[in-house]
This record gives sequence, structure tokens and C-alpha cells, in this order.
Amino acid sequence: MDKGTWMVKTGLAQMLKGGVIMDVVTAEHARIAEEAGACAVMALERVPADIRAAGGVARMADPNVILAIMKAVSIPVMAKCRIGHFVEAQILEGLGVDFIDESEVLTPADESHHIYKNDFKVPFVCGCRDLGEALRRIGEGAAMIRTKGEAGTGNIVEAVRHMRTVMDGIRRLQNMPADEIMAEAKFLGAPYELALEIHQTGRLPVVNFAAGGVATPADAALMMQLGADGIFVGSGIFKSSDPPARAKAIVAAATHYKDPSILAEVSKGLGAAMAGLDIKTIPEAELLAPRGW
Amino acid sequence: MRRIGVLALQGAFAEHISVLQRLGVEAVPVRLPGELEELEGLIIPGGESTTMSRLMTVFHLRDEIKRLAEDGLPMWGTCAGLILLAKEVDSLPDPLGVMDIGVRRNAFGRQVDSFETELPVLPLGKEPFPAVFIRAPQIDRLGSEVEVLARLTNGQVVAARENNLVATAFHPELTTDPRFHCYFLNMAKNSIKQIQQVLSPVGGEKEP
Repeated sequence: MDKGTWMVKTGLAQMLKGGVIMDVVTAEHARIAEEAGACAVMALERVPADIRAAGGVARMADPNVILAIMKAVSIPVMAKCRIGHFVEAQILEGLGVDFIDESEVLTPADESHHIYKNDFKVPFVCGCRDLGEALRRIGEGAAMIRTKGEAGTGNIVEAVRHMRTVMDGIRRLQNMPADEIMAEAKFLGAPYELALEIHQTGRLPVVNFAAGGVATPADAALMMQLGADGIFVGSGIFKSSDPPARAKAIVAAATHYKDPSILAEVSKGLGAAMAGLDIKTIPEAELLAPRGW
Repeated sequence: MRRIGVLALQGAFAEHISVLQRLGVEAVPVRLPGELEELEGLIIPGGESTTMSRLMTVFHLRDEIKRLAEDGLPMWGTCAGLILLAKEVDSLPDPLGVMDIGVRRNAFGRQVDSFETELPVLPLGKEPFPAVFIRAPQIDRLGSEVEVLARLTNGQVVAARENNLVATAFHPELTTDPRFHCYFLNMAKNSIKQIQQVLSPVGGEKEP
């Protein structure tokens, strides 16, 4: 019996496909998310919009918060650690969380190095803005990738940019003659073997979710049509006026993302979405997506 | 060409579809009741059973799938699919309840306890099957008509069949070994020809 293998790590990510992973800060939120059909929850002390508003240093959540959420639901529970903070990751693994998000939403602990995720039995998901960043994280052992988007803004524009950039990078590699892959890998800053694999298969070797700015069922369906395997919703649910209804609607949208009549139906009467932020009004020092490399 | 449906509400349905296509079978993703028509078999994939169960209700698939199962359509549930087929589940209030088994969800623990093992599966012959268990359930009660297809070395039942219904706690769709899919396609073929074989075990061990 082999535990913590690559197959088992990437396999859990595959089971999450077509689903919605929701940020929750209490056991009660977690139960609302599970009841609405979330395929997993992300246990946090504060949702990204509140982290953004609070400023200062954002760290791993109190283990009590995470354990209470793990106790409350039967679906997988994820938790965030700071970029490069491998001790926070060790603690989360020790708590028994099902997935660790090495996340730019928290304040980075290391500006040069991400966590060497191959050292862990628990799988990791990491954010990316382009294919090179995705492949660097996979090279370190990430079993799942997501767009960074711009968390806590309720604005989908950055997630769209990141998803399109990743997909464009994949298409370029796929259509390139084999003798140009090395130069492209150098340009991307990506491990050559992974670049070559994408050239041959035309797809990422792990699941790729959309995250950062999803606020409506239409946002979720947009990301799915752009090629996302599933959706993370951070502040978009519990910062809206009717979280259970919005959660159910986004779950339905992730399944029926190609069916405009169902999307119209589930978009009706959801109340106010979270208040959004125009990315251009955010001072550069407060942007989250450029954290990590 | 044979038409096999794959419930595509959430989870690893694309993986099943790709194995079926490699085997030359027409695979139909099923998201709405109309897509259940004219199928020769249905696969309920791995994923989150609570998510799929909710979406089955919201999009009116539940009663129709139940009826098809009771009418003898071959169905195969992997992991979450196994949970959904079961009559009794420890922590899911409303499974389809068509297969006479009792199931415990997350029976092996959390993700860090997920594992791979070489598993002898009775109808697949001598060569063990590369079985991937991810937050897997376990069958802890077997109805009188249910035959065991595979057990772990400690005796835990992880694959079983009851007439037209088959369930695995592991994920053949994640591996490159197509033998379990072939076994299911064979069930579907036999059922279409209405051969009596489908009702008698293909080498399974019968529980006393």
C-alpha cells in the first residue's frame, strides 16, 4: 500500500473537477457550502476581501478554525499556507487537511523559493499567471494548479487574463516543432521535461482550476468555457447578500456551463453580488497576484 | 457502436469518457434527463457524492436513474458512484438506494491515507489490478444477492456486483489498465442481448 504517491495526489484533484471549492471561515459556513453542493471547502480565518481590507501580515489560520471545519463536513477540506512557509505546510499536513493551497493571498514568507512540495504526502495547489509559473509549481510537486486572478476583488478580469495566458502557452508549445521546445522552455522559465510533455499531450499534467474574482454563476461558466477544470470561489459567496442561494447557483453553473438557458435560470434573483473592485484603483503594493514567481 | 452514458455532473467523468473512447465505444456525458435515453449502460464516476447527489435532485435525474437501475440497465459506480448506488450510507441522507449494500464514506481516513495497491479482482483474472483509492469508501454490509469481486488483504470489500449493478471503491479510470472497463462493457453487451449470463456471476465469490 503506497500512500502520498503522485497518482493519489493528482487523483484527488481529478475528483474535484467540474466542482466548486468555497472559502469558509466557520463550521456553519462550511455546512452551508456542503449543503449547496461544494466539492470541497477552503478553511480560512478571513476571506480574501477581509484580508485585503485588514492589511498587515496574513498568516496560516488558527488550527482550531481548521479543525472545527474539518469536523463539520464530510467533503475535502483545504487550507492555505504562506508562499515558501514550509513549516506552516508541515503543520497543516499534521492536522490532516486534504489539500494545501500555497497561496499569494497570505503574505509570502520567502520571496525566492516556493515550498518543495514533493517532500509532502498531502497534495498542494498553487496559483499561476502563465504557463511558465504553472510548470515551475508542478516541477516543485504541485498536484493541482489554479489561476491567481486578483483575490478579494469580485473582479474576474485577472483570472481571465491568467487562464487565457496559460491556454495560449499550451497551444504554442503543442504546435511548435520539437527542436524549438528547449528555447521555449527557457523563455517560459519552465522545466524542459514538462514543456516537452505538454508539446506531446497538449494539456497540463495536472488539473487547472479558476480562482480569484469569481462572483457570479456567469463568471464561473466563463472560466469553465475558457478551459478551467473547476472553480474556486473566495469572497464571492459569503460576501454576497444571499450566500446559500449564490453558492447553489455557482455549483449549477459549473456543471451546466455550456447551457445558457440553465445559466439564465440559476442567475435569477440571487440578490446583490459582493461589492467589486476595479483592479486599476488598487495600489501596486496591494496587488496579490504578483506575489511569488 | 455501443452507447454508454457517463454521469457528468461533477468529478472524474472525462477520464471515464476517454477510456471508453479508446475502447471504441460512444460515450455520452449525462447532465440532464433527456441524455439518459437509449443508453446501454451508465457509469457514475468518482467525485464528491454530496455534490452529485444534490445535482441529481436539482436537475431531475434521480428518479429516472433509479428506474433504469431497477429495469436492469447495467450501471457501474466508482468511489462516489459506489456510494450513490448503495441502499445505506453512513453520512449521505439520500443515495439512489438501488444496490443492496451498506457503505461507509471516507472509510480509510483523510487524503493522507489515500493509497495505491495491486489488487486481485476476481473477474479480471490472475493479474492484479492497479487500484487507486482516494478518500475511498468501503462496503461493510452485503445483501444476499451481492457477490464480492475484490477484497483488500485485510478482508475489506472494495468491489461488488449485484446483477446489473457493479461498484468499485477504487478508480480504474485513473489508470491505463482498461480491464475493468472491458468487464463492464461485457456486462452491457450481455444485458442488451438479454443473455441469462448477466444474472449469474462471472466468477465472483458469493457471500453466504
